Formats: sequence, C-alpha cells, structure tokens
Amino acid sequence: MEVISNHNWALTVGTFLPLVGVLIMLFIPKAEEALIKSVAIATAIATLAVGIYTMVQFDFGNAGAMQFVAEHDWISVIKSSYYIGIDGISLPLYLLSMVITVLVMIYSWDHVPSPGNPKAFFILMLILQTGMAGTFIARDLILFFVFFELVLLPMYFMIGVWGGENRQYASLKFFLYTMFGSALMLVAFLALFFKTGAESFSIPFLIEEGMNISRTTQIWIFAGMFVGFAVKVPMFPFHTWLPDAHTQAPTQGSVILAAVLLKLGTYGFVRIAIPVLPEAAKAWAPYIGGLAVIGIIYGSLGCLAQTDMKRLIAFSSVAHMGFVMLGISTLTSFGMNAAMFGMVAHGLITGMLFFVAGSVKERYHTLEIKRISGMLLQMPKLGWILGFCAMASLGLPGLAGFWGEFPAILSAYQPAPGLSVNVFRAYMVIAAIGTVFAAGYLLWLFQRIAFGEPTAEFAAGHGHDEDLHDVNKFEWIAWTPLLIAIVVFGVYPQLMFKVLDPAVGVTLKAFGG
Amino acid sequence: MLSTIATAAWSSPTIDYHALAPEIILGAGIVLLLLLDLFLSDSRKWMLTPVASFTLLGAFVPVLTLALSNAGTREMFDGRYVIDDFSLVMKGLFLLSGYVVVLLAADYIREGDYYQGEFWFLMLSSLMGMVMMASSRDLISIFVSLEFLSIPAYMLAAWRKRDSRSNEAGIKYYLLGVFASAIMLYGMSLLYGITNSTKLTEIGASLGSNLTSIRALAVFFVVIGFAFKISAVPFHTWAPDTYQGAPTPVTAFLSVASKAAGFVALVTVVYVGFPGSHAVWQPVFWILSAATMTLGNVMALKQTSIVRMLAYSSIAQGGFILMPLAVAGETGVAESALRAVVTYLIVYAATNLGVFAVVMVVARKTRSGEISSYGGLFSYAPGIATLMTIFMASLAGIPPFGGWFGKFAAFQSLVSAGTTWAYVLAIIGGVNSVVAFGYYGSILREMWMRPVPDGDTSPVPVKSSLAVALGITGIATLLLGVLPGIVIHFGDLAGLAGAFGR
Repeated sequence: MEVISNHNWALTVGTFLPLVGVLIMLFIPKAEEALIKSVAIATAIATLAVGIYTMVQFDFGNAGAMQFVAEHDWISVIKSSYYIGIDGISLPLYLLSMVITVLVMIYSWDHVPSPGNPKAFFILMLILQTGMAGTFIARDLILFFVFFELVLLPMYFMIGVWGGENRQYASLKFFLYTMFGSALMLVAFLALFFKTGAESFSIPFLIEEGMNISRTTQIWIFAGMFVGFAVKVPMFPFHTWLPDAHTQAPTQGSVILAAVLLKLGTYGFVRIAIPVLPEAAKAWAPYIGGLAVIGIIYGSLGCLAQTDMKRLIAFSSVAHMGFVMLGISTLTSFGMNAAMFGMVAHGLITGMLFFVAGSVKERYHTLEIKRISGMLLQMPKLGWILGFCAMASLGLPGLAGFWGEFPAILSAYQPAPGLSVNVFRAYMVIAAIGTVFAAGYLLWLFQRIAFGEPTAEFAAGHGHDEDLHDVNKFEWIAWTPLLIAIVVFGVYPQLMFKVLDPAVGVTLKAFGG
Repeated sequence: MLSTIATAAWSSPTIDYHALAPEIILGAGIVLLLLLDLFLSDSRKWMLTPVASFTLLGAFVPVLTLALSNAGTREMFDGRYVIDDFSLVMKGLFLLSGYVVVLLAADYIREGDYYQGEFWFLMLSSLMGMVMMASSRDLISIFVSLEFLSIPAYMLAAWRKRDSRSNEAGIKYYLLGVFASAIMLYGMSLLYGITNSTKLTEIGASLGSNLTSIRALAVFFVVIGFAFKISAVPFHTWAPDTYQGAPTPVTAFLSVASKAAGFVALVTVVYVGFPGSHAVWQPVFWILSAATMTLGNVMALKQTSIVRMLAYSSIAQGGFILMPLAVAGETGVAESALRAVVTYLIVYAATNLGVFAVVMVVARKTRSGEISSYGGLFSYAPGIATLMTIFMASLAGIPPFGGWFGKFAAFQSLVSAGTTWAYVLAIIGGVNSVVAFGYYGSILREMWMRPVPDGDTSPVPVKSSLAVALGITGIATLLLGVLPGIVIHFGDLAGLAGAFGR
C-alpha cells in the first residue's frame, strides 16, 4: 500500500504518550491527589491533541488508503514487525478512544469511586488508552494481539477493585471469557500464518494470501477468530459476561467498556477476519447474521425484564451490537458502513447513558428503577439528558443512533452476492421488530424514572436533598462534547460516512462490494 | 579389554581453556569458598556471600566472551563435551539464575544462622553440574552432571535440619530422584548394549529410525528418567512437598535452575541421541505434556498455601514447556520447538525467580505462607503488589509481560507441525492457560480486591539484596514481553537441531 503521509511518528506518539504520563505519575506520591489527576488529564489531553493533529493531517480524499504508515523490526524471528497505519475505518475509532478517555478522566475528577486511590485508577485508565489506540492502528496480527490483550488487566482491576458488590465475580468472569476467546484467536492467527507460507503476520500480506487457503481450512481458522472477537463484541451466546461486568463496573469502567472495548471485537471482524478469509466469511455470514438477530431480540427482551437501570443499558448494548454485527454479516459496503457508523454511535450514546446511570447512582445511591421516579421534577437537566440519550439510543432520526441502526437493517435486504437473500430478508424483519422493542424498553425506562412524582423515599425533606443536585460542572464538561457529537453526526452523518466509505470499499475488495 | 587400554599410547586430550573457563572459574570459586569457610571467624562469614555472587558473575564473563567470539562450535574430548550456542545460552541462564538465587538467599541464610559456607558451596556445586550438563553430549558425562547437580540439591532441600518439613522435603526429593536415576541408568545401559557407544551422536546414528522393542524401551526409560527431574505428571509427586518444605530460596532454585537443567538434558538426549526415534518419544511427550499442565493446573486451583500453589504452577508450566517437544520430530519443526523450549525456560526463569523474591519479601512481614496473607497488599505496598501482578500476569501468559511470548513460541511450533495431534494439544494448552488464570488471578484478587487480613498496614521492609533481585527479574520480565526479540537473538540454535538433518 502506498505511503501517503510522512508524519508517521504521529501514531506512535499518540499511542504511547499515555505511558509517558504513567511513568511520571509513578513518581508522584499517592497523597498528592490533585497533582496526580492534573498530570493524568493533561496526558490524556495531550494524547488527544496528537490524535487531532493526526486527523488534521489525514488525507480525507484518500481515506481508503493506509496513512501514517510506519514499519520497524520487532520480533524478526517470528516475522512479526511493528507495523502501524490508519485509514478511514480506524480513524474514527482511534479518535473515539482518545475522546472518551479524556472525558472519562474529567468526569473522574470528583467521581473517583470507592475505595479511592486515584493514582492507581488514573494510571489504569491511561494504560487502557494505550491498549485501545494501539489495537486500532496495528497492521500486524501479533502487534494487534498484544494491544488487544493489553486492555484486559486494567479493565479487570477497574471492575474488581472499584466495582459494585459483586465485583470479584464479575471481573473474573469478564477476564476468563475474554482470555478463552483470545487463546483460540491466537491459535487461529498462527494457523493463518502457517497456511500462508509462514512469511509474515502483516495484515495486508495476509489479505493478499489468505484467499488462496482452501475453503475448509478458512472456515476452521475463521471459527477460532470468531470466538475471540465474538466474546469481545459480545455476540449471543457469548454475551453473559457483559451484563455482570457492566453492572458491577464503576461508571468510568462501564463507559470505556461500552464506548470502546466492545468495538475491539467488531473491529477485529472488519479488519482481520472478513478481509483475510473471504470464503469463510461468506460461509459464516448467515450464522453470524442469525446470532446477531437473536442478540437483538434477546437483548431487547432482556432489557424489558431488568429492574436495574445499569443492567438494562448493558442488555441494550447486546441488542445494539447485534445491529452492528447484522450490518457486518451482509458483507456489503452498505451494511459495513452502517456497522462502522453504528460502532461509533453506540460508543457515544451508550457511553453517555452509562455516564447518566453513574450520576443517577451517585445521587440516589440505587439504580433500582422502581425506587426512582419524577426525576424531571427534582433534577430537570439530568432528566432531559437521560431522555435525549434514550431517544438517541432507540434510533430517533436526526440523532446519531439512527444512522447505525436503520441502514444496518436496510442492508439485510440485499446481502452480498452468494448469500441467501431470503434468509437475510427474514433477519431484516426480525431486526426491524427489534427496533420496536428498543423504543419500548427505552421509553419505558425514561417514563418510569423521569415522569411522575418523586417516590416517597426521595421526596423533598426526606434527607436526600443534599444528594439530589442537578448536573454539576465536571459532568457538563464531560458530557457536552458527547451530546454535541450525537446531534452533529445525527444531522450530518456524511461527515463520517465519507471517511468510512472508501476504506470499507478497500476492505470488501474480495467481495466485489 | 584391559590390555588394550594399557598398551594404547596415552595422549592428553587437547583442552580449549577459553571454552572451559566458566567451569574453571566456578571450580576455583567453590574451592575458595571451602577454604575461606575454614579460616573465617563466624562474625565474618558474611563475606562468603559476595564471594559466591562474584564467582557466578565471574563465570558469566567467559560465557559472554565465548558467545561474542564467533568461533563457532567448540568440541572437546572427541565431541563429547560441546560448547555451542545452545549450551552457552543455557550456561548463561544457569549462572544468572544462580546469581539471583544468591541475592534471594543472602539474608535468609545469614539471619537463620545456617551454615553459610556449606550452603554456598553446595549451591555452587549444583550449578557446576548444570553448567556441565549444558555441554555434555555423552551418556556418562550427562549422568555425572545430573548427579553433580542433584546430590547437593537434595541436601539443600533438607537445609533447615530442625524442621521436620524440610527433612521430609529432602528425603522425598532424594528417594524419588535416586529412583529416577536408576530407571534412567537402566535405559542408558540398554542403549550402550545396543549401540556399543556412550557418545550421543554415535547413538543417534546407530539407532537410526529402526525401532525394535528393546530400542524403544531404552529410549522410553531415559526419557522417563528425566521426566522425574522436570516433575512431569505422573512423576511429580515429590515436587509439592519438597517445594513447600525446603527453604524458600532453595525452592526458587529447584523450581527454576534445576528444572531448566532437566529440560536441557532432555533436549540434548532427544535431539542428539534419539532424533530418529521420534515415534517413541513424541507420544510420550504428548501425554506427559497434556497430563502435566492439566493436573498441575487443577491441583493448583485448590491450594491455599502460596508456595504449594507455586509448586503446582511450576509443574503446570513444565507441561507448557513440554508442548513443543511433542511435535519436535515432525519435518521442519525441530528448530522452532527447540527455540520455544529455550525461550520459555528463559522467560520462566526470570518470572518465577521474581515471584519467589516477592514471596520472601511478603513472608518477612506477614510471617505467613497463606495466599490469604496477600490480602490488601496493593493498598499498603503498591510497588510490591504491582511487581507481583506483573509476575503473575507473565506466568498466566498475558501480554505485554514475558510469559506470553513463551506460550506463543510453544503454540507456534505446535501449529507449524500442523498435525491433528498438534492442534489437539494446542487446544488443550489454550484451555489450560485460561484455567491457570484461576489461581494466578486469585493472587491478584487477594492483593487488589480483598481487605488486609489482620489490619496491619505497616510498610513492607525490602532488604537491599531482595530489592536488587526484584529489580532484575521485574525488568527482565517486562523487557522480554515487550521486546522478545532480545531472547530470540540467542534463539538461532541450529547446531543442535541440525542433528535431525532436516
């Protein structure tokens, strides 16, 4: 692939800058909390600045090509190199991870969850940032694997140390599920390496060579990758870790998990599994689509049954990622664009919903839906933000969620050549029913929490007036960019589609799409 | 027979002193230790510690110069004692591991008022056996090296002589070790009877791939003999009791250096002596590997004592190291399998020594060997807890810490073999590496998520020698994970793999 930009330092700096911040923070005593937080936030902002510089220098006219490419020897004996680059698919996610990290850190200024220790908490967030950004720029399977795994331990500790009542169980479950997936994924990567002549782990090379592998072998290799990525997405039936992890994680963990970590799985499908193994992708597509729509319906029904606000949002993630996977499974440019858009939109919206849930928990000390009522009377701003996010999440046209969901459903009308049209049209119908459910559970949630009179427990003069304050300064700073982005991408989706589309075209070259 | 020996003109073999320098320096150091121990008064016995550590570092210098000399493989004594890349890498590993063990043991031995001189003497003797083992290419020198490294280790395990657990450790280790030696010797005697030679290359040529049952039996016995040494299931029963009863630095020594020596011997015998007999040893290694990692993991899951858990963890790790050997005889795999074993041993040595350093630091404060004593460690000793986190993550094989690359290399050679059995073993290994997190994760959980058991959050004192050990192992573990290329730099071990002629 041609090298377009000479600013190839930008990605390396953008990825590893957080670790520099970590090094500095290691030498600051634990008691200097304000200094620790400032250094961490400054590092995250500097990282974001590098990210924005990357975006400014990015050649949007050539979004399908890899840019800022850098390649250096790394582990030459296994033919793996430090090979990075960014294109129209990676750029939005790369930036999303940086934006989310900055916002989450600002939110954490006065929201460090119990048991405290901001030093460790902020350090873990910075390490997470490096892992997330690195995954999105890696162009070498082993490098990808290392970054992909790098996020595991920080998130494990985030859930396990700063989480809710049942945190130890949830964190272990999260870890074991993901690790099991990665182990199979690694074996699949190795099989791919040897089946293509043991020459290189570079993704572009494997895309060239992968299509020469026999169909049966491709299907097996795909199976290994499928498990690894599907656990992360998570797809039904590998999703059971997600509700636990989300419910128990601190707000910050939930936001990062929903906004970025889940995308690592879908990104893996788009970037590696599908372009490298096109035959297998075709063979697997109907099953992936099937699991995706099961996920949509199952997630929605799960939402309707929840009594805990955070758990409800977690199940809605399963449903939304189902739409993303449905779009991907059509193997069409249309579906893939929708899926990529859906990933970013879900990151913004669900991230926002988890922020709101965190703030609700902080004020009411509970997330039990039936104990909360009349939020609009007590805290109108927070209530309306929740309403706004619920609308965005159910796919209201004019907000970002719509552009991920609606085209994904539509794309199933005409899947890639070679896929059964009837099957996918059936999926389309089921997915469309899923949107009705989505409207149902989100509006119902909003109605129960925001409308009506405050429950007796939280009514004025019952000792909760101190806690029940409206949106504060740090929350505004953290949330405003997300709220604006949801509107901007909703009104003018072309902003992202024009970046995604050329890159999606390149990815789907093997399908003639 | 005797007459031919008597009449043959005796000519002294040419000795390459540069090649033998590590052994010579070690030997001189051992003698010096003994002499100093005789003449030093008790209050000055501490001086023996620096002598031991400088001996090890001194012996490491010629290893470096030999590695840099580019003179290729050096052979002595009719090719029965060989200094090639493989042996140099392993000698370096033994000497450096020995150095870290000295750091671990220094205060332990001094404070316990144990017999310092004898302790260092035995430890260095054992290391001498290991260093020799790396070069031995003859049944007799292999056996002598093996006993040389084992017998001092039996005594070291029983070092706390007033502690019945330590005595039990020594006795168990000794009895099973001798039993293993006997089996191995029986196999070796069969080999000598069949091939009329003790030189491995000649045995290899003579055995070929023509396997009669007696030949298969000979190969089988020798391999099984070493399986005791590397505590492979079902020959692992000594390990948990010995590890738990022995003084902690000795446990670290046994679980790292002694185990590595067992693997070195196994690899040498298999690669040089039995390259054509893979039909015998491949299935044996397959079963040993699968059983060892599975049983080691399952048993480790339910341990409550940290050292016992580490004993089973070390057994399970041995199973992972065995994985590539189960396919080493397939076409074109020999080299990557050898590389995987060596890489894994290096990474494992760095990590496991680090773990024991942490165990010793923590035990100094809590005076307990229970896993629950690690509760809340992160809240009052974040540095130690972070290091332990790195070591545990490395043992569990989570990037970016060293262990992942060892596992990766092992999986790589399995997948490159491409046989169904190889894939099955890879899947078993994959599942096991997930199971392993169950117990490595339990330590993390204690340290990060549980309350401090007795509420004692006074700072943990770290002795300077232990701090150095932690520094070395911590940096090595991290560096090996981020830039695995630096170990692989030693990984071009074609010399030994060349015996396969492929």
